[in-house]
Amino acid sequence: MSDNDATDDANAGDGSEETAEPTFEAAEYADGTVTYPPHTVSPNGAERVGTVDLREYEGHVLTWTTSTATPPGVREPNTLAIVEFELGDEYDGPAVRALGQIAGREDDSGETFDVDIGDRVEPVYAGELREPGAGIREPESQAWDGFRFRPVE
Amino acid sequence: MERVAIIGASMTPFGQRDAWVRELLAEAGAAALDDAGIDGDDLDHLYVSNMASGEFEGQTGVPNALAHDLAAQPAYTARIDQTSSSGGAGVYAAWQSVASGASDLTMLVGGEKMTHRTTAEATDVIASLTHPVEYKQGVTLPSFAGLTARLYLDEYDAPRESLGKVAVKNHANGVDNPHAQFRKEVDLDTVLDSPIVADPLRLYDFCPITDGSAALVFCPESVAAEYVPEDEYAVVSGIGGATDTHVVHERADPTTMGGVVDSSDIAYEMAGIGPDDIDVAELHDMFTILEFLQSEDLGFFEKGEGWKAVEEGVTDRDGDLPINTSGGLKSKGHPLGASGVAQVYEIFEQVTGNAGPRQVEADTGLACNVGGFGNCVTTTILEGNQ
Repeated sequence: MSDNDATDDANAGDGSEETAEPTFEAAEYADGTVTYPPHTVSPNGAERVGTVDLREYEGHVLTWTTSTATPPGVREPNTLAIVEFELGDEYDGPAVRALGQIAGREDDSGETFDVDIGDRVEPVYAGELREPGAGIREPESQAWDGFRFRPVE
Repeated sequence: MERVAIIGASMTPFGQRDAWVRELLAEAGAAALDDAGIDGDDLDHLYVSNMASGEFEGQTGVPNALAHDLAAQPAYTARIDQTSSSGGAGVYAAWQSVASGASDLTMLVGGEKMTHRTTAEATDVIASLTHPVEYKQGVTLPSFAGLTARLYLDEYDAPRESLGKVAVKNHANGVDNPHAQFRKEVDLDTVLDSPIVADPLRLYDFCPITDGSAALVFCPESVAAEYVPEDEYAVVSGIGGATDTHVVHERADPTTMGGVVDSSDIAYEMAGIGPDDIDVAELHDMFTILEFLQSEDLGFFEKGEGWKAVEEGVTDRDGDLPINTSGGLKSKGHPLGASGVAQVYEIFEQVTGNAGPRQVEADTGLACNVGGFGNCVTTTILEGNQ
């Protein structure tokens, strides 16, 4: 399942200038588990041995909400979902999930796609998920690009 | 290990206050010293529970400032920050200082000044506790509540109205709390028709932004009667602290708060009791859905059944297990660092028979203080001495 060796940078692949196409990087560990985001060790304490690019997988919506009271630099409203990835029959570790924004429709309506519990979705890259520096967090302390989700056609 | 008693308690009015954090802390601290009949320089340790005075107000170093304001030097001081559970963590630190024998007299003061900030700014300060992959998506604590509420309603076939009934109950309780931010009943239609904040949750499913402070004084049980009459102190019979994942979506079951389960297991074992022995409880209802989750994860009700207890009136003030007789964070308010201290203040008032119109029959009470979205939790059990 691994794409490459583990790195110490939890945000590696999130818009790195050396990476032509950003990856949706989860970590794989020696005990076979996968987590997103990557951690220093697995939930059982096993060391990292590689990465998994979640762009290669679809998932389903575990739950969702539309937030109408958003912090500085965040789109309003902001529809968010917790998505559970389907990593295949070979994977029997803990569920691999991500929290992500629901992507906007491509029809200039300014609206996001409608989703519901159980809907199948796929990741889609966004260069900037919220405005760096508008909120309290130091802009240089983390990446601001990443992945939204859109329904699978 | 020394058994620990609480011999004094106070809280300021919660709400929109002109006072800044130093003044709020001093107000509650002075009142608790007075309640225990001691002076600042009697204290060996002085703890301050506070999440973000630097971020909110540009005031750091609050424990030393408070020690000076209360003439408590040379007491040892420390600031306890565990986000929204800073108060509970402070109770743990204060208990530990006395139980270990390091201090014979400890005061804990929790406080926060927030209302000078806009809702968006305050929300962002609180959301800064999240992991970078969560923060960049614009997540807020209310949106975690919306995500979890939708899953809970779907998984356990609970009606949306049951969440609204938590708000109705806790607002009714807050009417009789002179310290509460909101002392006004609301009806279910008002809750269900209020503006959406994080679908399916609406404005009245959320606690307000609040200024306020609360304080407790701790000493060994063996000397408590030297300070106050025997029926005026309570014993910390059980206390436990625990954590869950930092990243919320990594929890095996997002409708279970592992930190609540683990911290209460520790507290029950220390007290030698179980959930059936609890007479009254203060739960961290920052959002209505949290009262369901905690009431289940503390073992009061089976998983997925907490909503039924609210529907059936079990958790009303005159029910079998009154929950949030103070009005909870929902009605009383939620000044982050003060909230966990104020929860224990309410249980102290209940088990010493001093809760006035809010009084219920209670020998044993429990407070559950939650940080983040269940990330850090402290559960405290008090027993009265009446």
